[in-house]
Amino acid sequence: MSPDGSATVHDYGDDADVRSVREQKADARAGAAAPARPLNLYARRVQVYPRKVRGRFRSLKWAALLGLLGLYYILPWVRWDRGPGAPDQAVLVDLNHERGYFFFIEIWPQEVYYLTGILVLAAVGLFLATSLAGRVWCGYACPQTVWTDLFMWVERQIEGDRSARIRLDKQPLSAGKVGRKTAKHAAWLAIAFLTGGAWIMYFVDAPTVVGDFFTGAASETTYFFVGLFTATTYLLAGMAREQVCTYMCPWPRFQAAMLDEDSLVVTYNRYRGEPRGPIRKGETRNRTGGDAGHCIDCKQCVAVCPTGIDIRDGLQLECIGCGLCVDSCNEIMAKVGLPPNLIAFDTERRMAQQAAKQPLTYRLIRPRTVLYFFLMLGVAGLMVFALATRDDRSVNVLHDRTLFVRLSSGAIQNSYDVKVLNKARTARRFDLTVEGLPGAKIVLVGRSTEPAARVVVSAPPDGLGEYRLHVRAPAAGVTGEETKIRFVVTGEDGGTAVRETTFRGPKAQSR
Amino acid sequence: MPSKSEKDLYTGQATTGHEWDGIEELNTPLPRWWLWVLYATIAWSVVYFILYPAIPGWSGYTKGVLGYSSRVEIEEKIAAARAAQGKFRDGIRDSSLSEIRTDDRLLRFALAGGKAAFADNCAPCHGVGGTGNPGGYPSLADDDWLWGGGLAEIHATIRHGVRTEDDDARVSEMPAFGGEEDAQLTPEQIGDVAEFVLSLGKRATDGAAAARGAPLYKEHCASCHGETGQGDREQGAPRLSDAIWLRDGSKAGIVAQITRPNMGAMPAWRTRLDAETIKMLAVYVHALGGGE
Ligand code: SF4
Ligand code: SF4
Repeated sequence: MSPDGSATVHDYGDDADVRSVREQKADARAGAAAPARPLNLYARRVQVYPRKVRGRFRSLKWAALLGLLGLYYILPWVRWDRGPGAPDQAVLVDLNHERGYFFFIEIWPQEVYYLTGILVLAAVGLFLATSLAGRVWCGYACPQTVWTDLFMWVERQIEGDRSARIRLDKQPLSAGKVGRKTAKHAAWLAIAFLTGGAWIMYFVDAPTVVGDFFTGAASETTYFFVGLFTATTYLLAGMAREQVCTYMCPWPRFQAAMLDEDSLVVTYNRYRGEPRGPIRKGETRNRTGGDAGHCIDCKQCVAVCPTGIDIRDGLQLECIGCGLCVDSCNEIMAKVGLPPNLIAFDTERRMAQQAAKQPLTYRLIRPRTVLYFFLMLGVAGLMVFALATRDDRSVNVLHDRTLFVRLSSGAIQNSYDVKVLNKARTARRFDLTVEGLPGAKIVLVGRSTEPAARVVVSAPPDGLGEYRLHVRAPAAGVTGEETKIRFVVTGEDGGTAVRETTFRGPKAQSR
Repeated sequence: MPSKSEKDLYTGQATTGHEWDGIEELNTPLPRWWLWVLYATIAWSVVYFILYPAIPGWSGYTKGVLGYSSRVEIEEKIAAARAAQGKFRDGIRDSSLSEIRTDDRLLRFALAGGKAAFADNCAPCHGVGGTGNPGGYPSLADDDWLWGGGLAEIHATIRHGVRTEDDDARVSEMPAFGGEEDAQLTPEQIGDVAEFVLSLGKRATDGAAAARGAPLYKEHCASCHGETGQGDREQGAPRLSDAIWLRDGSKAGIVAQITRPNMGAMPAWRTRLDAETIKMLAVYVHALGGGE
């Protein structure tokens, strides 16, 4: 009970004085200004102590966390039979052998544009999701968010909820404090090792590397990268947290470009909440009747926010759109008997309409969403097309440094290094011919010294056949310094692969 | 040294106590993290001094407790690389030249090893890629061979050299036909022979001179260069009937060569390179473009 007889409906203990990061920094600046420090633009980091919360969005976040971490963890263990001699891991980036595997897809280093395609898809997908529903990626799916959530949960189990943690940090050093802190950091490191370190399983055979790791048989590289990812996971999710989203990540800086007044974002219903003020016991509020708004200024939306902001200040760069403040405020609204969703996932347009008592409209189909959608469709289509028409053979040709040689018969000879790529799982033979130069014949080094119009080359399963060869042509057919010719490899199944290159000859006058 | 430390009125920052005409110098120390990095590097340098070779003296340098030496390290690396090449080198040693040529793995190793050895030892005269150089350094990429273009012949030529002290060296000598008072041919005759040689490659301009040169050629030259100028590899006598000339192929050049011949030489590489390297060189040169 305060002296004037008013009381807030709930006693939040230490939480009674919740202040957003912004306010605390402003306070710090004002306090340090003795006599006045208008020049100091630096403010120290303010530790955020998010309170536990329950509700629809919190459950969604747990579900996303379990689903994504589970997927991340289980995926490397999924097996996929590719026949003998090939790794049987469904998803594997085999850097040592320069192959990428994704279920039935296998790519070679020169096909890394598939990765580009996936990244473009991911980027445009992010744009689309953002223009529809704000920062859902940041709030639910970003690894930074997922791991930070997990680490905060651990922290809460060991150190208690918000007020207990604040108390603990203010306490002088004691055995109990050291014990709790040690336990927390040990647990964090263990999780960082088990999850961040597990990244290695995508780059080497998972069952093998797990076994080798604990018997000391894994490679130095493996230990290095497990250490690196353990350390980064620990630092980013344990220490840096919201600082990553606010200062390190470029995405918040330009995500506003994808938002418009029809994007769903976490918003405070200003028209309904203001003027805010503490509620007295027994007081009922009805926006249309009374003079006070529905916001009871309990600041529980600030207390739960993982980035420590006050959403009532409006949409802010720091807001990751997690919706926890929605859950928190709905808890309060239920307790004081007011309608929910004072803070809600809603659009700017609908808020304005609500304020103006107009019918509410929501536009899903807008120029930008349509554009993003068709961009995605286009890129995905291109990738499917590229994949469907992917050749299982190809030929690479490198011209010798020596331009050309005139033979005693007067014929002109050029030499090439030829690589035949066999992307099939069986050893194969190909016919190699050259087109575009009348009378051109091939001498295959190591096979014959007699020129032939057609030579046979072979390549091992999923490998390269490397050959050096000479192409000879009668001088009469060589019409200039450069003639375009084509190397053609033809498989026993009749499929071909072609590579264009140049055949060099003498200048016209010296012939 | 600053005499007194004061706070600046406007920024609240400490000053150094220096003041000139009312202008104060603010004390702006280096950021703490920067200093720590500096101290860490100093500490590191001490550790480094102790562990690694560091301080030069008059007669050497401090060796460091780890006994590290970059020279030893490179030697170890070379030894390791040699060991890694071991099975290929053994394969090269134990296989015949034609076996190397038809074994894909050995062929690739020999081509790469031969290329490196060629660049170090042969390219200064024969050019990168064996294209030859003017002045008597033959091209190895065409099919015109002085001493033979089969694997065995190339191998023998590299091993024993041309016109060297080696017992098995390729040796031959073309006599000088002119230049002296008592020379075998007069300058006019030499001109006639040169015209005939040009006619072998269908390049003669003076039919009458060529006709006069024909019997002289038959008498003096054909025993080595052949009746039709086809050359003789046994004696390293170049073919005269094609378009490829080791030296100047103009009439003046041919006259000069008949008068006082230039003859090239090549070292016997078996005294300088190991047997495997010479084998790889033979395979590489054979693959340059004209191997038979
Ligand atoms: S918006 Fe809701 S949670 Fe935030 S202060 Fe107001 S009533 Fe409390
Ligand atoms: S303001 Fe709300 S939605 Fe935004 S980060 Fe904070 S709790 Fe999440």
